[in-house]
Amino acid sequence: MDVLINLVLFGMMVTTALAILRMRRLFAVVMLSGVFSLLSALLFVTLDAVDVAFTEAAVGAGISTVLLLGTMALTSRKEKMPRKFSPIPLLVVVVTGAVLIYGTLDMPSFGSADSPAQTHVAAQYLERTPKDTGVPNVVTAILASYRGYDTFGETVVVFTAAVGVLILIGGFARRRDEEEEGTD
Amino acid sequence: MTLEFILGHLNYWLFIILMMTGFYIVVSRGNYVKKIVGLNIFQVSVFMFYISIGKVQGGTAPIFPVDLNIDPNVVYSNPLPHVLILTAIVVGVATTALGLALVVRIREEYGSIEEDDILEIEQHIQAEENSEHGSAMGGRA
Repeated sequence: MDVLINLVLFGMMVTTALAILRMRRLFAVVMLSGVFSLLSALLFVTLDAVDVAFTEAAVGAGISTVLLLGTMALTSRKEKMPRKFSPIPLLVVVVTGAVLIYGTLDMPSFGSADSPAQTHVAAQYLERTPKDTGVPNVVTAILASYRGYDTFGETVVVFTAAVGVLILIGGFARRRDEEEEGTD
Repeated sequence: MTLEFILGHLNYWLFIILMMTGFYIVVSRGNYVKKIVGLNIFQVSVFMFYISIGKVQGGTAPIFPVDLNIDPNVVYSNPLPHVLILTAIVVGVATTALGLALVVRIREEYGSIEEDDILEIEQHIQAEENSEHGSAMGGRA
């Protein structure tokens, strides 16, 4: 049953990705990228990662789409006619994919309970969290308590990105006004 | 290659196919907004790959009952990849925002967000500069 749900969700996601590849109207591309994020959130739920699904639906499908729409409004709404088909990108992509698939052959099976990822420290975290923190949600406990400093580091990254965005497009309206005065 | 092996690894291959679709959008399309959408698809595929590593067959989400009365027979999935990917999603949006700001800036400077157009303009500027330097050297350069 799980495999079936995964396959259906995956089929929908590949269709969405191919539609994004073919579409030339950027508005449709942006909307489809939101659809893609929501579908991936569904897949996260089937993979037991409910917190990740929340975040993906809110941040990935919500904020990303708003940012993309804003960019579209400030730039252009249509993609130029695609360049002539070139086999080189396709070749690069197929070779990279083949190498990655070769790499997965040595991996433990999906969902196996004795894979290295499950047998290392994960069990320790699950065992200690109720005693150490008293928080029922283990993901929250690790994020905010055990790995609080890493989350602080994440905040620093977001802050840096915000400063970068402000520096890049801070004076957008002012520059545009000056330009209009210059052309008149 | 048994059926069991294929079923156990099918998920990884599906994610790789999706990842490569995103990669193909990035390298084959010239529109910068579309390139960023392709990067997002690539990124989400990597997230799904990580999350699928943490899945335990027959497990459930790593959230205990509120009274913390934990039934030892319940299997919980690995919470560590979830924490890592939660951080990665937020950082991913931050980098997307930065990339989109660059796109807006490029459009302001060049009047286009198509790679072909911008390369053409760049070549033009380069040629003009070269001829300028050449005449400054008295046509000997």
